[in-house]
Amino acid sequence: MNLPQIMQYGLSGITVGSVYAIVAVGFNIIYNTTGIINFAQGEFLIVGAMTAISLSHVVPLPVAILGAVLITTALGGLIELVFIRRVRDASVLRLIIVTIGLSIVIREAMLHIWDEKPWSLPYFTGTSSTTVSILGAYISVQVLWVLGVSAVIVTALTLFFRYTTTGRAMRACSDDRMAARLCGINDRWMVTLSFMLSAGIGALAGCVISPITQTQYDMGATLAIKGFTVAILGGLGNSMAAVAAGLFLGLLEALVVSQFASAYKEVVAIVVLLLILVFRPSGLFARRATSVRTA
Amino acid sequence: MSDILLETRNLHRSFGGVHAVRDVSMKVQAGTIKAVIGPNGAGKTTLFNLIAGTVAPQQGEVFFRGKRITAWKPHAVASLGIARTFQTTKLFPHMTVHENVMVGRHPRTRAGFVAGMLSLPWTWREDRETQIKAADILQDLDLASCSQEIASNLSFGRQRLVEFARALATEPELLLLDEPAAGLNIYETQELSKLILKIRDRGVTCLIVEHDMSLVMNISDDVLVLDQGRWVAEGPPAAIQRNPDVIRIYLGDEHA
Amino acid sequence: MRLRIYYPVIAAALLIVVLHLALAATGKTFYMTQITMSAYYALVVIGLCLLMGYAGQISLGHAGFFAAGGYTVAVLTTCNLNGLRQTPLVEWLSRLGVLVSWRDLYGNEVLSVSPWPAFIAAILLTALIALAIGLPVIRLKGHYLAMATLGFGLIIYRLALGAKVLGQADGISGVPAFHLLGELQINGRTPFRIQNYYIAWSAVLVAMVLALNLVNSRVGRALRSIHQSEEAAHSLGIDTYRYKLATFILSAVLAAAGGAMLTHYNGSIGPSEVTVMKSVRYLAIVAVGGMANLWGAMIMGILLNFLSLRGVFGSFDDAVFGAILIGIMLFAPQGLLRVPKLQVLTSLLSRRSHG
Repeated sequence: MNLPQIMQYGLSGITVGSVYAIVAVGFNIIYNTTGIINFAQGEFLIVGAMTAISLSHVVPLPVAILGAVLITTALGGLIELVFIRRVRDASVLRLIIVTIGLSIVIREAMLHIWDEKPWSLPYFTGTSSTTVSILGAYISVQVLWVLGVSAVIVTALTLFFRYTTTGRAMRACSDDRMAARLCGINDRWMVTLSFMLSAGIGALAGCVISPITQTQYDMGATLAIKGFTVAILGGLGNSMAAVAAGLFLGLLEALVVSQFASAYKEVVAIVVLLLILVFRPSGLFARRATSVRTA
Repeated sequence: MSDILLETRNLHRSFGGVHAVRDVSMKVQAGTIKAVIGPNGAGKTTLFNLIAGTVAPQQGEVFFRGKRITAWKPHAVASLGIARTFQTTKLFPHMTVHENVMVGRHPRTRAGFVAGMLSLPWTWREDRETQIKAADILQDLDLASCSQEIASNLSFGRQRLVEFARALATEPELLLLDEPAAGLNIYETQELSKLILKIRDRGVTCLIVEHDMSLVMNISDDVLVLDQGRWVAEGPPAAIQRNPDVIRIYLGDEHA
Repeated sequence: MRLRIYYPVIAAALLIVVLHLALAATGKTFYMTQITMSAYYALVVIGLCLLMGYAGQISLGHAGFFAAGGYTVAVLTTCNLNGLRQTPLVEWLSRLGVLVSWRDLYGNEVLSVSPWPAFIAAILLTALIALAIGLPVIRLKGHYLAMATLGFGLIIYRLALGAKVLGQADGISGVPAFHLLGELQINGRTPFRIQNYYIAWSAVLVAMVLALNLVNSRVGRALRSIHQSEEAAHSLGIDTYRYKLATFILSAVLAAAGGAMLTHYNGSIGPSEVTVMKSVRYLAIVAVGGMANLWGAMIMGILLNFLSLRGVFGSFDDAVFGAILIGIMLFAPQGLLRVPKLQVLTSLLSRRSHG
């Protein structure tokens, strides 16, 4: 391969990788406050993109995206209030099952609303043929949008969790829910907030990637498993490491596609997931072992 | 000198830089009650976990009846004749008391998957025996009246006794009791000490981690003192009470 | 007293005959086809109930094991070894008597593995796959186990879609009937409908008896204890890892048996049997049956699959199973059969499986 080709594959890898990273960050936000993995995380992206696509027919694109993010955020909050909060005997097994159920119901609802065919948002700037040249590789301007928005999301979240009272309260809940409650933090509201936040950033990610990959009602499951792979790779709960892991998985997929057939692309993430679960369940970057295994 | 039932040699275990157990060597004589005492964080429970196989040591050895059992898995240790109770009682909450104790018969019975699925006649007999043995043990500990109750519905003190019964059902040679008196009132503690003495008199050796000094001093034949993971002193209760190092640990330097 | 656990089995056997007579009297014997298919799916559910309800381990990959069984018999019984007659392997197999020569729909002569050896091979292969997957994966807890088994299921799905030998998107068709013994055969053609209704139900009842025996045995007690407090179970001499692994393999084998028999009955298998949604469906059925409730799982397995196969749920087929999952977890975590109003009716059946 020559340099432009390497750049081409590399950039496409980084693009999808940054979307995986956002999905992983979404997993992490909810995992940190509740200790559960939300199997419906991938659906948030699709709901966001689909809503934006529908809205974009009636309002300008930025407004449509903003509206879609707000609607999905509300959906996330609603899901927590109506379903998650009411699970009796809230064992991990039960919560997993509820989020699996939710992902299916959301997916099927989307099938009935938006049909089976793929939709896509218009390019944010220019058209599908507008490209910029970087080191001889021609890439779509939308790629820059994806990278930019991902970077902004991750930076904003980091600042939010570090410097705002609400962000700190959410972190306190993840460290020790009971102690946080004793300090006067409304831990239930923090859980609702975490669902809203992760739905909102999911929706935004779904919108920016839509012009490149198109959006279909059943893409959520694939995104979820890749996002989960990335979250595990970085160590559950560790969002900075998730970014690195997302880029790694994206590049690995690009490498496999460039060397073999694209049919194997889907298997890459799963194989990585199984390997990491078996050999390093606390993540590539973890220093101390966390208890994901039984004694 | 009677036989040595359990021995640890230079056991060591640290967790992320914190030395929980450092270089601890000790012996437990068969047929005695030995207590392990020390301030919070002395490494008592870790020592238990190292013996029971819940945690593997980084250095050192554990011997049971002269057999090396270092880093054996808990189920293998249990099958060999070491039973334990937990600091926070761990019953099977949705089973009846009787079933809880029946599970304790596991290492003394043998029906496996195939025999279980085919329900062979000998497994019926085995199960019948398990039921009777479990009922006998409950009778013996005055728990027969609650044998059909769901374990999680019992009072705290009762749950503790059931956990005892369950451990005894494995017919252990060595019983590890992790803070058996924690959360019990003074009367329950007295009953407990009688029970432990009764068990010892039947030939079951007991190793006890305990905070309640009166219990320890009244019933144990031998005491091991740990502090910050280290061996401090070992000996009969009376000698331990006079030991200046032990007094220093518990009361501070000025009293020594 | 021990025989008490078999009373519901006898009752079920009678009900099966009554159902047959009722269908015959109302002229609806064509329902038997879907009931037969549902019964084979119920085998998967019974296995998964042992794994999830009793041992407390989740699996989102059981469609993969079902497919492993189905595809293995499909490949072995349809591959044509005629061209390879002279090779030592085929000659050896032929001398062992595991090969059979038959004519396909177009009258061509086909030399392939006969159904019994193929069935045994399917069971053994699935057990091996379950062992290989289970060895590392069954150590994992909660989410990790769920995702790992989901990943396994997805790999099998991709394999079914991608591998030429598995027929890719079309799957494998033309699978011959399975001659069990004498005139008995698993065959989906109409003249064999009644026979197959009873064959499938027999398979379900045999699986139920074995499973009921197991949960009422020492092993069943050990599995429930692992579910309720793994650390305590371990400290009482129960090799928790081995027990979980063995249950995983057992449930995989039941799924494979269901898959293999249904493939013979349908005469074909395709990738739609391997989707994640199928695995989720089995899980939903175990949940709606009440998790640690074999009778509940079996009844729901037959009922929901039957309704689904009859097309009652229309285009909401998958959504129904999703909604079931949420609804059960929210309103009836003990399963539909334990909702107070229904309990009187079903206590006879559902209690017993606990012994």
